[in-house]
Amino acid sequence: MEEGELVGLLGPNGAGKSTLVKIGCGLVRASAGEAYVCGARAGSAEARAAMGYLAELFRFPGWTTADELLELHQRLAGSAGGAEERAELLELVGLEDARRRRVEAMSKGMQQRLGIAQALVGTPRFLFLDEPTSALDPGGRRTVRGLLEELRRGGVAVLLNSHLLSEVELVCDRVAILSRGSIVAEGRPSELARPRGVEVDVDGGTRLFAGAGREEAPRIVAGLVASGEQVYGVRVLETTLEEIYLEAVGDDTA
Amino acid sequence: MRGVPVVVGYALRESLRRRVFLVVLVLTAAFVALYWLGAQKAFEAVDESEPPPAAALAGIDTRTLTGATLFGLSMFGTLFLGVVLAAFLTLSVVRGDAERGLLQPLVVRPIGRAALLVGRFLAAAAVCTVYVLAVYGANLAITWSTGSWRPDRIVEPALELTAAVAVIAALSLLGSVVLSATANGIAVFMVFGAGLVAGLLGQIGEVLESDTLRDVAEVTSWVLPFEALYQDGLNAITADTSGFTEFALQLGPFGGAQPGGPFLWPWTVAYLLLVGVAALAAFARKDL
Repeated sequence: MEEGELVGLLGPNGAGKSTLVKIGCGLVRASAGEAYVCGARAGSAEARAAMGYLAELFRFPGWTTADELLELHQRLAGSAGGAEERAELLELVGLEDARRRRVEAMSKGMQQRLGIAQALVGTPRFLFLDEPTSALDPGGRRTVRGLLEELRRGGVAVLLNSHLLSEVELVCDRVAILSRGSIVAEGRPSELARPRGVEVDVDGGTRLFAGAGREEAPRIVAGLVASGEQVYGVRVLETTLEEIYLEAVGDDTA
Repeated sequence: MRGVPVVVGYALRESLRRRVFLVVLVLTAAFVALYWLGAQKAFEAVDESEPPPAAALAGIDTRTLTGATLFGLSMFGTLFLGVVLAAFLTLSVVRGDAERGLLQPLVVRPIGRAALLVGRFLAAAAVCTVYVLAVYGANLAITWSTGSWRPDRIVEPALELTAAVAVIAALSLLGSVVLSATANGIAVFMVFGAGLVAGLLGQIGEVLESDTLRDVAEVTSWVLPFEALYQDGLNAITADTSGFTEFALQLGPFGGAQPGGPFLWPWTVAYLLLVGVAALAAFARKDL
């Protein structure tokens, strides 16, 4: 992965997405092969100092406040950001008013936002986010999308593990689809998409030119106009990420 | 290991803020109050009634007999409560916390797994040491104020009780790497019970002069040194008592304890290191 690149990791349950993320974080030992994070061997102190992580099934101690939790992680990460960094992070995830609130008094969505703030402590260069929006409402998801784009602009690489295909499609530069522990499809969403046809709105209704691609659209429109049709709209149809995904994983949908 | 102080601070705050600590404080207050009532009544009985003729004839000091028996009981209670606290502070540190998702955010930080485990142990040992010394001191003050009796050795038994609880904390931490919280809690208390039973068998073996029972107790003391520490502490509270009073004490449940010998402390330190190394090795290889 490149600096500032946002890669979405997709795959059915049990495909190995969380295991891959855990190998990257040093939580699980790889049975074969090697993994490196920011040039350092995954799991080493150097790699852990360069990364941030939000687990899929995480929990924070209920007795800590949001500010105390971030302070703890600042100390563990060796961050010198102090109160200013904590305030910035809480504002970034929309928890500026919950600074003194105990974790046990927070909703699941608030805890997930706090988890993202925790992962950002110490200005990591690489972020592992395992289902970071699973407990968020649509507004919260939009906040996280904006945050991810901001991180990208700041040069932070993000590996985003998510079941929400639409979300991945919206924010990721690249996607990798895993099935039974192997990558079965990988690339930019636009590269993975295949043309499905061109739809044209004419007087008599909508006509579909199946299999046609974007580059054929002008010729199709010109032909229709030449034959006396009134053209009101043109749409180029491509396979969605969901279709690409289902095709790639085949019957591995457990 | 630069992260150890951070983990110690975190674990200390956790110990004090969790509700279980409040429960322990309330139960301890009840235990100390009960001990005060028992000591008050027991020494009143000693003061108000004549000793049995046989005891008077043998020259048995009933005040010492009562004080040592009561204080031995308080030491057992202190050890038990200390073990409960040590187990609650440590039984879910690795696998239990990992299953709940509490551990992973901490482990991925650059401090390392060893610092996390060492910090957890130091914090648990610190909390338990303060707790055991406070309860021990309270019982000592009660025994002195109600019966004007004090043990022959004061510092030695206190240190041995704290070391015994530290051994339990280390065993519980080791167990937490491989066992779930519930299974580890059960295992810790069964190990504690096994150690006590072996110690009692040793006391019975001394009275009956049974080599088999004495051997069982001795081997158990090496395998589970918290029992040997407790026995040595019990022995120390009547170290200067002799004659028929000593004999009468040996017949009681807390009087027949054996000294641990010169290797007790070195072995305790080595044992803690061995358990620590085993826990660190198991934790280093554990997938979370």
